[in-house]
Amino acid sequence: MASLRTLLARPWIWSFFGALLVWLATIAFTGGYGGGGMITAALSLAVFTVIVGVGQMFVITLGPGNVDLSLPANIGLASAVAMKVMDGNDAMIAVGLLAALACGMAIGAVNYLLIWALRIPPIIATLSASFVIQSVDISYGRGLQIKPPPGFADFTNWQVFGIPVLAILTVLFTIGAGIVLQRMIYGRSVLAIGQNIRAAWLAGVNVGRTRFLTYTLSGALGGLDGALLAGYFRGANVDIGNEYLLASIAVVVIGGTSVAGGKANVPGVWGAALFLVLLLTMLNTFGVSVGVRLVLTGLIIVGVITAAGGQKALR
Amino acid sequence: MLRSLLPALSLALVLIAIAWLNPRAISYFGFSLMLNLAIPIALATIAQMFVIAGNELDLSIGTFVGFVGCVTATWLKDAPLLGVVILLGSIGVYALLGALIHLRNLPSIVVTLGMSFVWQGMAILILPKPGGKAPDWLLALMAFKPPFIPFPIVAALLIAAVVHFGLMRTSYGVILRGSGGNSAALKRAGWSLLRTKIALFALTGLFGVLSGMALIGITTSADANIGNGYTLLSIAGVILGGGEFVGGRVSPIGAVIGALTLALAASPLLTFMHIPPDWQVAANGAILIIVLAARVLISRRER
Repeated sequence: MASLRTLLARPWIWSFFGALLVWLATIAFTGGYGGGGMITAALSLAVFTVIVGVGQMFVITLGPGNVDLSLPANIGLASAVAMKVMDGNDAMIAVGLLAALACGMAIGAVNYLLIWALRIPPIIATLSASFVIQSVDISYGRGLQIKPPPGFADFTNWQVFGIPVLAILTVLFTIGAGIVLQRMIYGRSVLAIGQNIRAAWLAGVNVGRTRFLTYTLSGALGGLDGALLAGYFRGANVDIGNEYLLASIAVVVIGGTSVAGGKANVPGVWGAALFLVLLLTMLNTFGVSVGVRLVLTGLIIVGVITAAGGQKALR
Repeated sequence: MLRSLLPALSLALVLIAIAWLNPRAISYFGFSLMLNLAIPIALATIAQMFVIAGNELDLSIGTFVGFVGCVTATWLKDAPLLGVVILLGSIGVYALLGALIHLRNLPSIVVTLGMSFVWQGMAILILPKPGGKAPDWLLALMAFKPPFIPFPIVAALLIAAVVHFGLMRTSYGVILRGSGGNSAALKRAGWSLLRTKIALFALTGLFGVLSGMALIGITTSADANIGNGYTLLSIAGVILGGGEFVGGRVSPIGAVIGALTLALAASPLLTFMHIPPDWQVAANGAILIIVLAARVLISRRER
């Protein structure tokens, strides 16, 4: 009983609870049909949101005003880079993934360079950067119709007993991210900066380096996500990352991470990502029109945020 | 001193570039054409400026402008009374959002991102396919041709003057900006922060409605996605105009100038420079970065 109470006190449990509720509602509608397949599909789609969500979580944890708006453009460009480097050749998969990662890291580094050199809010810096990246992508990826190598496409769609392998790997990755956040100097520095940047600086935290690493990490995860998305959807696309602007921020906040910074929640990102994907599946199953689906998605996001409540800033 | 002149300076720079590339563009007719879309952009920028004055951000203004556009091109023409009620109701929704954000201490970025879906969905429900038609009085208003000075410039001056007076010269304007500058002090002085937040969001809704109506008066018909680009344009316009994200430091005149700069830099300048369409978005980003870099250099010297 006591363990149940501590479990309920954890903010991330609610996002899983919401996901479960949406799943049950859908199954009730279909009469139990397709429940398992729905979880498989939700897991494979949630993976992409979780990967960028974790990057966004680290950035948001840095404190008020920190957010990476360049992720959609980053994902789009990285998907094109990965497909061009792999060029449909199985032998080039690793090289293509590395190229996408490098592309993302470069974007993250440029983001921080703008923030640091121009002393502008991260929102404007990442926004301006995303304009430029978008153009590079449009020009670079024009008419790009390279299919992913068969081995890579199979890998991103690979399932074992109905569980996508990519989802298992992503769970391991998120556990790693949790350890980095809570147990390593870098993660503790991110949390300290988010709680009070001046106090962190006085305590000897290397603020500049930590912020640089965080934006680069977010960029790298965006790049990786772009490559994986191109594999999963069998091709790169300028618009492939568009939905991840809202999704990456929403999963972080719904998952219980504080927007005021200094308080991150890794498991919540998974719960919130599953919740959002299942929600979309549910609305599709109910057969509502695009307009109604958008309105309901928006209202539910606002509703969840309102129910979860904002936290008071820590100072 | 130089810092407050920067928005005007960047506008002058863009104008000089245009005059140099294509002298014929600097005429009554040229400005009417080039600044065609400046009025809705300026209104959307002012809308964004109000929430920024309260340290918030509205990521839904673009789809809201699109929603208003769809209402304007359908109900406002066919059933004016219903149309007016819907538009007033949507301003009410904005006011409620302000109250919600304040009472529950919610992040405005997430709430407005969620709302951007709601507005877009409703726009699609109203107008599934591009179409509709602007009311005749609106068409006549937007096609107005005053003597000597092109209408967009007259309208921009008018918008800047009215908002400048309201926000910078009246005592409640000071309170509104103060809610972003030092909310704790304002609260101790006995002002209701809930009320200032509601007022700022309602003003954003009001100017969002004006922006959507002006846009449809120019384009004559609507499309659910017509305003999507305005979210980023409006934020960029406020920042170009010397506004800051925190501290209630905004400037209505600067915001209008920022919007004009963006409207000119967005396509006329780039077309004259023969920049291919692929790179026009990048050019916008680059202009933004250059202006912000100039601002850093200037404020460093002034220190």
